[in-house]
Parts: sequence; structure tokens; C-alpha cells
Amino acid sequence: MSIMGKILTTAAVAGALMTGTAQAENLRIALVAKALGIGFFEAANKGAQEAATELGDVEIIYTGSTDTTAEGQIEVINSLIAQRVDAIAISANDTDALVPTLKKAMQRGITVISWDSGVAPAGRQMQLNPSSAPLIGNTIIKLAADHLPPEGGEVAVLSATTTSTNQNTWIAEMNKVAGDYPNVKVVGTVYGDDLADKSYREAQGLMQTYPNLRAIIAPTSVGIVAAAQAVTDAGKIGEVNVTGLGLPSEMAGHVKSGASKSFAIWNPIDLGYSATMAAYHLAKGDAKAEPGATIPIGRMGEITLDENTEAAMADPFVYDAGNIDQFSSIF
Amino acid sequence: MTTAINGRHIPDRLTSPAARALKSWEALLLVVAIAIFILNALASPYFLDPWNLSDASFNFTEKAMIAFAMAMLIVAGEIDLSVGAIIALASTVMGLAMTAGASTPVLVLLGLGTGLLCGAFNGLLVAGFGLPSIVVTIGTMSLFRGVSYIVLGDGAFTGYPESFAWFGQGYVFWVVTVELVIFALAALVFGILLHRTSFGRMVYAIGNNATAARFSGIRVERIRFVLFLLTGLMSGIAAICLTSRLGSTRPSIAAGFELEVVTIVVLGGVSILGGSGSVPGVVLAALVMGLVTFGLGLLNVPGIVMSIVTGALLISVIALPRLWAMARRR
Repeated sequence: MSIMGKILTTAAVAGALMTGTAQAENLRIALVAKALGIGFFEAANKGAQEAATELGDVEIIYTGSTDTTAEGQIEVINSLIAQRVDAIAISANDTDALVPTLKKAMQRGITVISWDSGVAPAGRQMQLNPSSAPLIGNTIIKLAADHLPPEGGEVAVLSATTTSTNQNTWIAEMNKVAGDYPNVKVVGTVYGDDLADKSYREAQGLMQTYPNLRAIIAPTSVGIVAAAQAVTDAGKIGEVNVTGLGLPSEMAGHVKSGASKSFAIWNPIDLGYSATMAAYHLAKGDAKAEPGATIPIGRMGEITLDENTEAAMADPFVYDAGNIDQFSSIF
Repeated sequence: MTTAINGRHIPDRLTSPAARALKSWEALLLVVAIAIFILNALASPYFLDPWNLSDASFNFTEKAMIAFAMAMLIVAGEIDLSVGAIIALASTVMGLAMTAGASTPVLVLLGLGTGLLCGAFNGLLVAGFGLPSIVVTIGTMSLFRGVSYIVLGDGAFTGYPESFAWFGQGYVFWVVTVELVIFALAALVFGILLHRTSFGRMVYAIGNNATAARFSGIRVERIRFVLFLLTGLMSGIAAICLTSRLGSTRPSIAAGFELEVVTIVVLGGVSILGGSGSVPGVVLAALVMGLVTFGLGLLNVPGIVMSIVTGALLISVIALPRLWAMARRR
């Protein structure tokens, strides 16, 4: 303790001596990913950079933890608060656990919005959804239904972790509309934890457990690639169709091989762009985060906040053999 | 002081205490900590701010609390890899009680009690049945967290009472957080226990040679059991702090804590083979880890690079004295 005490005293003295730390003229917006090294978030960063170039007076700090834990993200947020950034736009690893830390950020005058994977309302000013959950839930089951034989067939879900906010919402919405697709028989849900090797094994397990499986829905960019690879390795191309949500660059090969007939995703570049635009206008004070408010988001038009101060950006977009080449080079 | 035997003076010690302290592991760690502190202060204008340092202390306080108990366990030649899972289970029990309307003191008692029970379970299997601790605690690691997953599934407990937030979000005075005070008290208690009591001497004796210790009349199994109990208790305390700080419970809480705790212990100079190590070393190691992660975070260094740096730091701090000794022998 004596050491920590000394450190704190030293820090206090030094802090008092350092009057007027250099203020950056640019608005500093931190784009926080669920974890680094994931193609989706790298693409969102591209969009954020595009928005920064367009706005001119914005500096983007792209950061995130190594693993997808709430504890790791809290350390990242603490260091952003320490740097006194102007805005934090975060895709959360945990809806609730980040709330106390993000509240602290807001108390210190930082604009906080969440995008992609949301934070509970108490911990952010607004949430930007890439699309709306009902539309996504409907899209993923429709994509599976489109390529089933006329008499229908068994379909299984390969999700991320049991605690992933996104995937759980989408699967719930999917189950709500399952009645509209009578040829789809959902037989089970397994969890690949967004790890390539575990997802691969879970997909293999599905094909062994359900010999009559006709489609795997993987609403996660890690899971869909692993599932497509497992189907390819099992020699079941044409028999089991892999669909769900994935990245064009990672799925191009599997679409061409036929392991995946089609899949959907919103454009993460647009999402990073829109999140940056929204955070910019809120931090500048020329837009307010309150129910019913509209916020301009540059080339994407504008968003309207609902009663939970949430907004949807756009509809999910379907990729297939016809357009995969065009997008696989982008993200 | 020297003793005269047959006219020859035999010194009590070969080196003076001061010289030994200077060459010690703790001195090396202190130098490393100060160096990192200065580097951080030079690299970022935001580092030398009491509030920022206070926020940054959360990077290590909870892990360090467990690290003290883990250090004693490792000194005794055992290990507990279930500490992260104990946190998850203790947090889940508190969440269940909170949903049933329990008050803050009850939540705290339940957190401590769950930690103690988990520790007792580990201790019983290791000390009572003579099973290897690494195997037992790898098992209970899945067991304890598994129970949390069964209870919670993909859900979460939220809505802890306001007064419960004090443990993980409160301040005792100015920038000194409640967690920092708990950390300091734990350091003091474990420091005294390991270095100033006969219990502590027995822990070293068991770690160096359990058979010899048993023949010297030390009740080896009982001490092992108590050490697991202590580790469980500290995990319970960490669970209270972490749950309070996050204001919620999910079964994935404190995932990967066990390895970070062991890293702090090993960096603190505790031999992974047992028999040696000190509490001040662990305190310094916790500070070093906290300063490194916070300093790199301020520079927005990606987390992947951060893990490489901590890994490299661990290896170099452990390898350097060996290399130094080898170079001097030549």
C-alpha cells in the first residue's frame, strides 16, 4: 500500500504541476470493437475513417480488447476516459456489465453511443442497430427456406456464445416467424462461442446428430465460415446448405463451391460510417439523443430514434453467386 | 554478530541483509515498476492524473486479492485453477439472492460463504482424498462455472441494490477506492500470515519437502485444506467486488482470471515448483501488470500487442536473472 500511496501522491503533485494539457483541436471519436482482429470491425473502422475524412475535424481512435470479455472492454473504456476523448461509439460484449463504466464516461462529459451489439439504456445515449432484429430474424430463416427441397427439411442453428446479445435476439425473432415457413423444421441450436475450431466441431456434430439435416443457419461471421468448411470437408455440398450472416470476403470461396447458396449481412462499412456520424453530431451538440429525434448520418440519410432511443440503419443485404465478387474485395 | 568456535569466527549470515535486499527479486521488480511508471508518464500526458490512476487500479485489484492466497498455495506446492469459476458461482448465488430480495449484508455473506464452500470442496478433494490439485481444480473450474451456466443460461442478473455498488464503485476518500483498500488490507494480512507466523513457516516447509514436513510433525493435510479455504474466501471477496463493479452477473464473468492470477504470482517471484516467494513480490507484480496494461491502453495499443508485451515481460523478468547468473559464472 505504501508504494501505491507514494505513486498516488507523486501523481497528484505532478498532476497539479501539469496545467493546461494540450487540447486537440479535432473531435476525437473512439470506435470500440467487441474484439480486435475480426474482419467485421476492421470494415467498420474503414467506414469510420471515411466519415472522418468527410467531416474533416475528426480523429478516429479504433480500439478494442483482445478477447470478447466485458472486463477487457472496461479496461479499454477506462483508458479512453483517461484520454478525455469526445465520444465513445462501442459494440458491447455485455449489455449490463459495461453500464457503470459508461455512466462514468458520460458523467465526465463524454458522448456515449452503442452500435451493433447494444448497451442497456442507462449506459448510453443512443443505440444504432445495423438493421432491425425482426428483419434479420426473418431474413436468415427465409434464406434457409429458399433453398430447401419442396417437401422441406431439417434445419439447425449454429450460434456464437450463449450470452451473445445479438445472436440471441435474432434467433428469438427467427422463431417468432418460423410459422410462416412450414417447410423449415428447426431441430436445434448449438454454440460455437465465435471460435473457428469450436464452431467447426459443433457443425460436424450437427451433421452427425441429424443425418437428414438440409441447412445450417449460422448468424455469426465466424460460425458461418466454420460451418461451410465442415460441410465441404464432410463432402455434403449440395446436401447441406450453409446460410446466415457472414462477410463476403470470407464467404466468397464457399459461395463459389456451393457450400453456401446465399447469405446476408448489412454493410459494416456503412455501420461504422453511420455510428461515427451520429456520435459526431451528438458530441457537437447539433443533435439530441431523445425519443423521436432525428439525426443526420451523411450519405446514409438520417435515423429516427424510437422510445428506447434506438435506431435502425438499413435492411440486411443478401449476397449470392451473382454479386459476391463485387463485395468480397471490399470487406 | 558472530559466534566463536575453536577461535574461529563464523558469521551468522554470508551476506548482509541490506546487500541481500538489493539483489532480491523484489528490488528488481521495484526497479521495473518505477521504470514503467516513468516511461508511461513520458509517453502519455494523461498518465499522471490521480483519477486516471485510480480508475486504472481496477485492472489489477480483484486479481491481486486472489493472487495473495494463490501465492501461499503455490508456495505450498499446490495450485487452484478454479478461482475464476468460483467468482462466477459466487456471483450467481448473490444474483439469485438479490432476485429474492436479499439486502446488501446478506449478499456479502453469501458471496463469502460460496467462496469458502468452493474452497472447502477443492480442499477436501486435494487434502482429504490426496488427489493432485491441478487435476481437481481443472475439474472444479468446469463444474462451478457449469452450475452458473445452468442457472443463468443466456440470461443475466441485474438490478443490484444501490448500497451494493459501494464495493466495486465506491471511494473511501479522494481517489482511494474501496477495492484499493481491500487490496492493501489483504496484502497486509497475507504478508503477516506468510512471513511472520509459524503457519507461514509451515507453508514454506511443505512446499520445500512435504514428506520432511510431515515427519517434523506438521499437519500437512490440514494446512493444505486451510490454504484452499483461503483461496476460496479471497475469490469470494473478489466476486463481491467484481459483481458490484459490473452491477450485473453473467456466467461468463471473470473468464480467464485464473491464468492472470497465476501470471501475477509467478511474476512476483513465487517459484511455480513451490517453496519460495514473498507477498511484497506479488504486490509489486500486480502493480507492474496494472501499470503496463494501463500505459499501453492510454497509447491505444491494440490488445493483441498488449498480450505480447505482457508475455514478453513475464519471460524476460524471469529469464534475466538466470542469464545474469550464467554470465557471471563464466
